[in-house]
Amino acid sequence: MAQAAIELIGINKSFGAVRANRDINLEIARGTIHGIVGENGAGKSTLMSILYGFYQADSGEIRVGGQPASIKTPNDAIALGIGMVHQHFMLVDNFSVLENIILGAESDALLKKSIAKARSELERLEREYGLEVDPDAIIEELPVGLQQRVEILKALYRGAEILILDEPTGVLTPAEADHLFRILRQLKDQGKTVVLITHKLREIMAITDTVSVMRQGTMVATRETAKTTVEELAELMVGRRVLLRVEKGEAEAGGVKLAVKNLTVKDTRGVTMVDDISFDIRAGEIVGIAGVAGNGQSELLEAISGIRRAVSGSVMLDGKPIDLTGAADPGELRDRGLAHVPEDRHHVGLVLAFEENENSILGYHDDPRYLKGPFLNIDAIRNDAKDKIAKYDIRPADCRLKTANFSGGNQQKIVLAREMEQDPGVLIVGQPTRGVDVGAIEFIHKRLIAMRDQGKAVLVVSVELDEIRSLSDRILVMFAGRIVGERGPEATEGELGLLMAGVEQQEAAL
Amino acid sequence: MSTPYAKLPAWADYGLIPLINLFVAFVVAGFVVLLVGENPFRAAIILVEGAFGKGTGIAFTLFYATTFIFTGLSVAVAAHCGLFNIGTEGQAYISGLGIAVVCLSFDSTLPWWLTFPLAIIAAAVVGALWALIPAYLQAKRGSHIVITTIMFNFIAASIMVYLLVGPLKPAASQAPQTRNFFAGAELPKLNWIIELFGAKIRSAPLNISFLLALAMAFLVWLLIWRTKLGYEMRTYGHSPKAARYAGISETRIIITAMMISGALAGMMALNPVMGDQHNVAIDFVSGAGFVGIAVALMGRLHPVGIVLAAILFGMLYQGGAELAFEMPAISRDMIVIIQGLVILFAGALEHMFRPYIQALFASFSPRSVGMEAVKGKGA
Repeated sequence: MAQAAIELIGINKSFGAVRANRDINLEIARGTIHGIVGENGAGKSTLMSILYGFYQADSGEIRVGGQPASIKTPNDAIALGIGMVHQHFMLVDNFSVLENIILGAESDALLKKSIAKARSELERLEREYGLEVDPDAIIEELPVGLQQRVEILKALYRGAEILILDEPTGVLTPAEADHLFRILRQLKDQGKTVVLITHKLREIMAITDTVSVMRQGTMVATRETAKTTVEELAELMVGRRVLLRVEKGEAEAGGVKLAVKNLTVKDTRGVTMVDDISFDIRAGEIVGIAGVAGNGQSELLEAISGIRRAVSGSVMLDGKPIDLTGAADPGELRDRGLAHVPEDRHHVGLVLAFEENENSILGYHDDPRYLKGPFLNIDAIRNDAKDKIAKYDIRPADCRLKTANFSGGNQQKIVLAREMEQDPGVLIVGQPTRGVDVGAIEFIHKRLIAMRDQGKAVLVVSVELDEIRSLSDRILVMFAGRIVGERGPEATEGELGLLMAGVEQQEAAL
Repeated sequence: MSTPYAKLPAWADYGLIPLINLFVAFVVAGFVVLLVGENPFRAAIILVEGAFGKGTGIAFTLFYATTFIFTGLSVAVAAHCGLFNIGTEGQAYISGLGIAVVCLSFDSTLPWWLTFPLAIIAAAVVGALWALIPAYLQAKRGSHIVITTIMFNFIAASIMVYLLVGPLKPAASQAPQTRNFFAGAELPKLNWIIELFGAKIRSAPLNISFLLALAMAFLVWLLIWRTKLGYEMRTYGHSPKAARYAGISETRIIITAMMISGALAGMMALNPVMGDQHNVAIDFVSGAGFVGIAVALMGRLHPVGIVLAAILFGMLYQGGAELAFEMPAISRDMIVIIQGLVILFAGALEHMFRPYIQALFASFSPRSVGMEAVKGKGA
């Protein structure tokens, strides 16, 4: 066993009353890839933020290379050879790659010397690790996969021996993720230590040497990857057995419920995000839209649900047209039986500062059931919320609790309960399980399939390819605002991955 | 982990924390008093006695509080809708015009109990209309409401100066104000209520608009937490995107909230104009609109908190005047410093002591803070 690169001993961290980390002990061997898995809110990011100097532990000790270390700021961490690649990139969009790399590490008051030095250093790093990036490219013009590479180069430029990556594959296509893994292996071969934080168990199995599992702020287990299974890890994460694949019968598709024709949508900057898209959803089927984030899925959802005006195109709901380019508003669509679970539940689907029961009428607050004249019928609202809490097993079962205090999975259940209980004919769902814990994923998938089996038309948009494949009866792949292919649920990941990456295939033309 | 601010029991959240903030503000103010060579304890006693010691003091305190309740509610209603209405000052000022028109027209023909409702309506309508223009510009043109309402304060002030030195001024008068109202536009005093408790009152301006202010506080509570309109305003205030998703019209909700806010600001003018001075004079609002911002923040945008905060600021105004009189070293400006410190600690630094108090609560009983139960059983 190699010497430990990092040792964490008895780390505790509380935020107010919340104990995010309790008594964490962790040893990361030098020259290995060490995975850390856990549900959202298990304390992974907190632990890594302590290691990187964003937070201070309340108690406990950190040793780097066997020496006790005091890490008070990210600069201390960098000095100790720890580098971090954040989930959301910390890059200046309108700077070049070189400028971003020297940012904060300028060696001179004048940039010229620093840049020249950085350029030669960068060339060396690129050669050594196979991390090719054009040093003069502007960040916002690079695809996300390359932006991530810049983040890794940034850390290496600062002399990182230990590289922490927080959910690095969330924004990547399967092919880009594979490329990233090749880079990580190369780093490992050069003797660097890699810490990979993720909630995707498949990635853990594919690349790590050792894996540690966190649950509710504690470190519950550390395993050698070769000696564990996905099922075991999932069970450790959740604390009980979970079903990783949803069971479902054949779809019995009926008539067309929602017909989208030649829909074109632009974003606020006037860039065409949805480009002349047409598709149908029939009653009793789940249509999944796969694609890498940012290929127009969000705009498509917003347009169909009436939040964003479309530029042109027509949409028929139950055979009657909706004017999405003009006056249609989300309230009207709801009245006509179109329910929408938005991608961003924190800012769109919920008001986090509201009590749970207030959120369970959001969008349906015009419904006479919840009103007495101009006044809210508080009793009716709370009783209704209690019913939903019971039916959807929302925990804690307290309709007066602030929504922000529910876990991600339970927040998503609040939105789903609200939308599904209105008994809509069409349900459109964006990222049904983003930031949702494994246990709740199972529940949400079952509910979506139950909706389908009741004869509803369901549209699911997700960047999680596994989710799309296990839920959908038909899969549409979106790339650069267009639907580049339609496949059945039996399509392989590789096939969909190629479509998602925009690789043209002849039979892909719709 | 995602909520660094855990839940505290309501009494600590709404009672303990404001009291601690207030206490710290007074401690710091005490040092300032020490700095000018006066005894801070004696100053504190004079201040509190001046405000609450005698019947007259109490009546003055409540008179000032009335003004601040209106402006505090005005700021709070807009704030619940996510709008920072800095224009309360100007909305109140220009409403003096509406009141002047009603009072000057009817004060010799109608009794006060008919003039008063008319004046309420006039004040509310003028205030609402003055807020409508910035609201419309925000909703339709995206002009920032903070900028436009500040500009409208200046416009209101200029219009009032023009009118009060010109058209509204009696020809024979030198003073920039309307003629004094007759009895038909004078609001009845409420001093007898305080006298019921045995206190003696010489002459104080506390009048019936205090009751109107309390009624408005209740109506605002009803509006914000019990009506569909209030629900929509709060939704928009917390998250415009969620409001859009919920099918709430941005234009309608911004304009409605600002007009209600403006109407409340307008009603503030009733108190000094009809209750005290019995004329409309230059600068009769004298900063009450801005104090309303502090009152609303300190009252945590809740009508009960606003009434309490308004009484606190009324006390600072009244007690501060006594203090300036009793202690020559302490001028009016010193009182402004003390008020500023209260605003600083109670408003701007509201969350300064919160993490410590939470940690304290958590160490006593984690359950009482509510987080353990929540985080414990993720679904």
